[in-house]
Amino acid sequence: MTEKPLCSLTKNEVGTVISVLTEGSMRRRFYDIGCTKGAKIHLVGVSPFGNPRAYAICGAVIAIRDEDAKYIRIRVDDI
Amino acid sequence: MKKTKEEVTLALAGNPNVGKSTVFNALTGLHQHTGNWTGKTVETAVGFREKNGKRYRLVDLPGTYSLMAHSAEEEVARDFLCFEAHDGVIAICDATHLARNLGLVLQILEVEPHTVVVLNLMDEARRLHMDIDTEKLSLNLGIPIVEATATKGKGISEILSAFAKPFPEKSYTLTYGEPMETAISMILSALCEIPCAEHKKRFFALRLLEGDEAFLKACDARFQGVFSTEDVENSVKTARAYLAKKGIETQDIAEILATETMTQAEALSRAVIKNDLRPVAFSKADRLLTSKAWGIPMMFLLLMLVFWLTVVGANYPSEWLSSLFGMLETPFYEFLISLKLPLFFVEMLTFGLYRTLGWIVSVMLPPMLIFFPLFTILEDVGYLPRVAFNLDGAFCKCGACGKQGLTMCMGLGCNAVGVTGARIIDSPRERLLAILTNAFIPCNGRFPAMIAVASVFFAGVFHGNSWITALVLALAILLGVMMTFLVSWILSHTLLRGTKTSFLLELPPYRRPQIGKILIRSFLDRTVFVLLRAVTVAIPAGILIFLLSHMEIHGAAITVWLSDFLDPLGVLMGLDGVILLAFLLGLPANEIVLPLCVMLYRANGVLSEIGSLSSLLETLTANGWTWQTAVCFLIFTVMHSPCATTLLTVKKETGKVRYMLLAFLIPTLCGVLLCMAVNGVLF
Repeated sequence: MTEKPLCSLTKNEVGTVISVLTEGSMRRRFYDIGCTKGAKIHLVGVSPFGNPRAYAICGAVIAIRDEDAKYIRIRVDDI
Repeated sequence: MKKTKEEVTLALAGNPNVGKSTVFNALTGLHQHTGNWTGKTVETAVGFREKNGKRYRLVDLPGTYSLMAHSAEEEVARDFLCFEAHDGVIAICDATHLARNLGLVLQILEVEPHTVVVLNLMDEARRLHMDIDTEKLSLNLGIPIVEATATKGKGISEILSAFAKPFPEKSYTLTYGEPMETAISMILSALCEIPCAEHKKRFFALRLLEGDEAFLKACDARFQGVFSTEDVENSVKTARAYLAKKGIETQDIAEILATETMTQAEALSRAVIKNDLRPVAFSKADRLLTSKAWGIPMMFLLLMLVFWLTVVGANYPSEWLSSLFGMLETPFYEFLISLKLPLFFVEMLTFGLYRTLGWIVSVMLPPMLIFFPLFTILEDVGYLPRVAFNLDGAFCKCGACGKQGLTMCMGLGCNAVGVTGARIIDSPRERLLAILTNAFIPCNGRFPAMIAVASVFFAGVFHGNSWITALVLALAILLGVMMTFLVSWILSHTLLRGTKTSFLLELPPYRRPQIGKILIRSFLDRTVFVLLRAVTVAIPAGILIFLLSHMEIHGAAITVWLSDFLDPLGVLMGLDGVILLAFLLGLPANEIVLPLCVMLYRANGVLSEIGSLSSLLETLTANGWTWQTAVCFLIFTVMHSPCATTLLTVKKETGKVRYMLLAFLIPTLCGVLLCMAVNGVLF
């Protein structure tokens, strides 16, 4: 089991949100899309410039920039 | 007089991208656009429906993820539900994203228990083999639930019937557990004087507890300061102190409430979905359309394909229309003569008004009839968010927001729409960037001139290759895109400095476009609108040009004086005075620039006969046009002032004349400088 920021999640890994380390409107935006403690996250794609990346959260695909995704701490369970 | 019918007001609420507008249209029969990115205004749409002797007034609230009011949309939705009189809510949910949608439903139930949930996109859920137990969900939530597939009209009639039947006694109430509930009741006891329903008081208590400043201000405005009384303030203080003692800091309250909402929504969803095989990977289409190697080239190719179809498809109808107008010209002229109107007046109407009108309709209508539906298909399928996703990396480096890519796409249709569409960008600084640079994307009104010039000068008239025309057009747009990046970068390092804000963009699943509806919608909402605007501008412009070129000062027409005055600057830019004058006079509508040019070249000051491309080439080359002139003309068409409508829209959206002037100056200066540079270096 390892703990790391969301932006370093790789394909074939399943992340579980531990905490969201940001304040204000950005934190709420994350909650709105279902990025809350315990939510499962997959990396599904990377844009042509390498940033943002697309994640599957709560059944939806959401693009998040690395500089925002670094605030989301996730746990990756070893398979 | 007695009201004959009982009126029932119902609000439609739901997350973005769940087909809310489709349900609204199906209920009211109004033709309203469903695209999520077309600058959906924050204003709410209202429609009516009569059923079972009742008159239903349906209010379409903006799509939101929550009622926490982080954005203008959410504020509108929340304020309506909290403060406006209504009899119930229709909560539209995406059945394939039940958990996230239920989060909003639970919040809606906090303010309005008289709610019917519509589970939309049921066929998509079935396609994904999701098995949703609707009855159980209805039982658990304590409200009626209607299954629907709005695009096929399924389940629509059941929605209003659900309101006619009696509701279950008690709907689901979000509870937050201890110690939160004790804290809530502490505040509630101070709110008993406030004149509103019990369930709403609980909602108010929650907002007071978490300290939602904007909401409390809105409440104070409505209830004349009842929330700022000492009693209430003390109760909030006591409740917070109580929570602090239990280890919950004030700044964490909002988070705990939000997390609890999501947790319960997920539990509710998990309890009713048997089989959840939703994809956790990109579809094949996305793997190609957003891939590192192919994402951007595919975008360019798609753009070219759209233009190629537009160019090829518009050719014949354009010719038919122009010969039709040509044929009717003599009868029109003779008819006016038979009315015994003065000759000058007859000529003004025929050669000024009628010919300008004929030009505009025959040159503009066919490309629009093809471009708009094609564009709407891309929008309907869900490709536009992918454009934003692909380009965001570049926007990010320019200090802008990836959603600017969406406003640029809208700009292709109409810059005024692009400017309005910038509302989807949350940060004011990034929104301004999108607004000020939107004119760099040539709008549909500028295409006909670009197509005409590109095909006569680059593709050749007779054995013209329409792929070349499409390529030239696509390159011109690429230039506009590059300029958008460059200018955004410069602006965010000079006038509009500031920090980047967060960027979250949903990539909804691709959906099968509804071709029939697209044709009707793009025709009614876009083509007719743009054409009418062009025509209303063309009529006075045609008359004005006729007058300007027939009124003489010192033996030369006014237009000649003006174009001679502009000539030195024009020559420096690789153009001439006439072209610049045409651009100036074309400020009300970009569509008329090329027709004006041709008209001004003819010394007689009337539009050339509504002609074919070969006669266009003749007129232009006879007046000194070379392929270099064509290059400069294309550059200046991409970069000059946006039309008057767009400028006024900029003023309306930003509220400042200063920004309107900038929106005028920035592209114009870029165009003048680039034309001069190209002219100086190349030729």
